[in-house]
This record gives sequence, C-alpha cells and structure tokens, in this order.
Amino acid sequence: MKNCYINGLGCVSAQKTTESGFLDDIVFYDTNILPVINPNYKEYIPPAAARRMAKGVKMGVVASSLALKDAHVEVPDAIITGTGMGCLQDSEKFVSAIIDNDEEFLTPTSFIQSTHNTVGAQIALGLQCKAYNFTYVHSAISFESCLIDAQMKFNEDEASTILVGGVDEHGKHTNDLHHLIGHIKKEEAGNTDLINSKTEGSIFGEGAIFCTLSDEQTEHSYAKLVDVEIYSQLSEEHLESRIKTFLEANKLSIEDIDLIVLGNNGDLTFDSYYKTIEEGIFKNTQQVYYKHLSGEFNTASAFGFWLASKIIKKQEIPTLVKINDQPKKIYKNVLLYNQYRGENHSLVVLQSC
Amino acid sequence: MEGLKLELKEKIIEQLNLEDVSIEEIGDDDPLFGDGLGLDSIDALELIVMLDKDYGIKLTDPKEGKKIFESVAIMATYITANRTK
Repeated sequence: MKNCYINGLGCVSAQKTTESGFLDDIVFYDTNILPVINPNYKEYIPPAAARRMAKGVKMGVVASSLALKDAHVEVPDAIITGTGMGCLQDSEKFVSAIIDNDEEFLTPTSFIQSTHNTVGAQIALGLQCKAYNFTYVHSAISFESCLIDAQMKFNEDEASTILVGGVDEHGKHTNDLHHLIGHIKKEEAGNTDLINSKTEGSIFGEGAIFCTLSDEQTEHSYAKLVDVEIYSQLSEEHLESRIKTFLEANKLSIEDIDLIVLGNNGDLTFDSYYKTIEEGIFKNTQQVYYKHLSGEFNTASAFGFWLASKIIKKQEIPTLVKINDQPKKIYKNVLLYNQYRGENHSLVVLQSC
Repeated sequence: MEGLKLELKEKIIEQLNLEDVSIEEIGDDDPLFGDGLGLDSIDALELIVMLDKDYGIKLTDPKEGKKIFESVAIMATYITANRTK
C-alpha cells in the first residue's frame, strides 16, 4: 500500500477551530444542539455565490479552503466528500414547500442545493477543479469511506493530492424528530460532562472538517494515514478481537498504540462499546474523546481525525479531551474508533512521520 | 403602482437571497439581469414561480420573461395588467 500523508487540515466546528490555538479556549454549551462558530464567510466566498449556499456548503467551502492553504496546495487531483445527511436545510426547505404549496410553485434553488453532492460540487466550482469528485453518503462511516477511496486512488497512481472531508449541518425539523425518538437527550445536558451522562441519546452538532492528503510527505505533514476499516455491524463481544486483528494486519500490537481517540457521545446504551475497550485492552493507554466539543453528527468522526492529527503533530493533548491520565509519552501510533448507535463502526490508524 | 414596486423589490431581495442589497439600491428602471442586479437564469425561474404563486400569472412562453423581468417598473406594469390575484 502506498504512503498517505495528512498535509493540511481545516475545521469549522462548535469550537474555535478556525483560529490559531489548539482547543485552548473551549466553548461550553447549555443546550443539546451545538451550532458551529461561524467564520467570516465573506472572506472565503464571493457574495454572488454565497447567496444560494446553505450553511453546510459555506462551512465546507471554508474548511476545504483552510485545508488546501495549510498544505500549500491550490488545486487537488481529487475531491472526496463525506456526508451523512447532505444539505439538510435545503432538503427541509424543499420538502416543506411541496407540502405547504400542495405540490405546486416549487422553486429550483433549494432543490438544486439539496442534493448530497452540493458541497463537493461547490468546492470544485470555486477552485475550477474538474478532477474526480465523489461524495460518500453512509451514516457514521461516510468520512471513513472517503479515506478508503483516497487510499485506493493513491494506490492506483490516479492522484497525488486529494482533498477529503466530512460535512453535516443542522436541520431544525430533523433535529426535532431526533429529539422525539430519543436520539437527542430529553434533558438539556450541555457538553460539560457528556462522558459521565447516565441517560440515553446524545447532544447533536454540525461541522465541516477537511484534510489535504498526499502520497508525498512534506515539512507540513501532520501524520501518516496507515489504515482504515469500516464495519456496518460489530458486536461488543467481538470488538476487542476485531481491533487486535486490524492492528496485527498493520504489524501493530495493543502495546504499540500510544493514544486511542474514541467517539463516546454520552448515550448510556451505546457508549458501552467504548467502555469495553477503555476498561479492557486499552486500560493502560491514554484515551481521549471529542464529541462533547463537536456534538454528534454523521461525520463527527472527522473531528476526531482532526484532533488526532493535531495531537500527533503538536505532541500535546488538550486537557478537556482526556478520558484518563496516563504518563506523557511520544504519541506515535494513534488508533481512532467510532460507531453510532451500535452500527457503522470505523477503525483508523494514524502514525507520526 | 408605487406600492407594488416596493413589494416586488422586497420579494426579489428575500426570495433571491440578496443579503447585501437594500430596497433603496434597486432603482425602478435598473436592469435586473446582466449589468444591473446581476441575476441569472435560476433567478428567472424563481421569478416565474413568484408570478404564478403570488399574482396568479402563468408564463407559458419563457421568452416572455426576458421582457417582463427587464426592470421592476416593467414587472409592476405587467403584473397590474395581468394579475388574477
């Protein structure tokens, strides 16, 4: 397998991730819906183009722009975008218009912009990039599907620089439904102590996280993407053995993992997956989580990817993401594990370079 | 007629998401497409739907739109003469 390096990052999230610090000024929320901290979109998008863009598209354009700039790349050889729900606001707007107007008077803008590949398309339009452009829509493994595709592109020598990202935005009606069926916590939990929550459901977020991947290491490289695996179904009993097999395939053992980045979202029912390995094979490993900062969304694992890449490059862990407190060491091999409601599991290994 | 022109300017700004444009900036005779407000073909479709929904005017010939949407003043005159609601 060819080498794949993370050479640039861009992140629009509920934290101040477009600024220069590294989670040194955490934003706390009292609600269960975490909005992104909006960057000044006008700095990145011409007003004529921005007027038809919903928030998710704008976030994606900004995050991708930051990731390319960070890697000193102007136009990539491919753009691969992951999204669980696509451009939800325009989808809701269009469907509401169908109902409100009795299936008449449907305007084109929200329909055009509601498709899942709008973000990737708008990024390409902005860059005038006519290269490979693909969008993966697969719940909590949408972003990881993009990583796998990027790895294959490198292996086939079809690209040397690929922009990869994950984007999801809030939709009011969709969030109301998630609240109704208990996927969002009934009580206003906030994000201060999510990991110790004793109730079902999570807090929901949104965001856009992009990275510039390359088959060549540069002085700006954050880390090396070693391997990615996704599983639609995985039982708690088989989780540890699956992780061991995955690591062995990459000539790594449990002891080689210096840091594990977990997708705990405070849901009492499904965080047991994470507990299994926190108290099991990784009990002596430094553990971190991030969904109290980003909120849960289909591509929230991309925020974990951003966090892990930053930790590897900076060799420091922000205090508020730590689950346990192991003696500080060099963070060389980092494992990321995520799942949502017991389905769509992903394992990713990053390595310092 | 003046009231209708004002109403049209408000609708154009709101429905076409012209966040940076104020009512005062749209002159009655300013061209809406091309060099004027810079609207495009998707905006034209939005305006056709608006005529149908808000004023009961169905444009069957798309070429008609080119003349009707030349300016707010021309739109207002056409709507006044043809509106069914």
